[in-house]
Amino acid sequence: MGFSQTKDPSGVAVVQVEGQLIVGNRQELKDLVQAAVAGGERRILIDFSRTGYIDSSGLGALVSISKRIREAGGELRLSGLNEDLRSLFELTKLDTLFAIAGTPQQALASF
Amino acid sequence: MPSPLRLCVRRSPAPGAGGAATLVTLQLPSEVACIEEAVELVTRHCLAGHASCRRTRFRLQVVLSEALSNAIVRGNGEDGRKSVHVRAELLADAIRLVVTDEGPGFDPTAVPEPIRPDQLDEANGRGLYLIRKLVDAVQFNEQGNSICMTLRRP
Repeated sequence: MGFSQTKDPSGVAVVQVEGQLIVGNRQELKDLVQAAVAGGERRILIDFSRTGYIDSSGLGALVSISKRIREAGGELRLSGLNEDLRSLFELTKLDTLFAIAGTPQQALASF
Repeated sequence: MPSPLRLCVRRSPAPGAGGAATLVTLQLPSEVACIEEAVELVTRHCLAGHASCRRTRFRLQVVLSEALSNAIVRGNGEDGRKSVHVRAELLADAIRLVVTDEGPGFDPTAVPEPIRPDQLDEANGRGLYLIRKLVDAVQFNEQGNSICMTLRRP
């Protein structure tokens, strides 16, 4: 369970969520994105292709992250949600709050 | 370092369950770092001997993680002297999960609906809503420190 950050050749900061995004590690993700924004990143993609499950704290962390990026004048995209993960966003109506793409490639192309 | 989780599995008729069942109990400390391991342990026992169902596994993982998080953070206030108790009754057609904390309890009817437009941008308040959406039945005890979640097997 952890997060890794890379930079796409197009200049987008790509954060990979590996394992779970839950109450025990959501602060780590928030800190990582906060540091990226503080370091000047304005286009950020969070990819869930390797994610198992997300709890409401994880969803809440994404809401906070989204606000922070918006306030900095940046853009956030999400990608790689499988059917189960996507259902969490739909049930909570958060699919209306986030720009969600099917694959990382589609998300990168949408910036 | 040994795991701080205390697991007990008993294959016998569960009292009042109306048929043979496996009873799994787990006690864990009030530490959020224990949640992932506890979820995996209980989920594995809940699904053992049954046809693999991705959707059921996912739902179990999410609702257990939610209930444990609520119990540890809100119920027990992450107080190291308090524990969280999980009881899983594994029936032929359903899984009944009871998660109990040692806190004062809360009023589940006082939680606002998180999908209201004015609540959508809030970082908190989706846990109980998600649980209600992902299982077939939810009940609380009178004190409000114990949640019972029933998930029918596919």
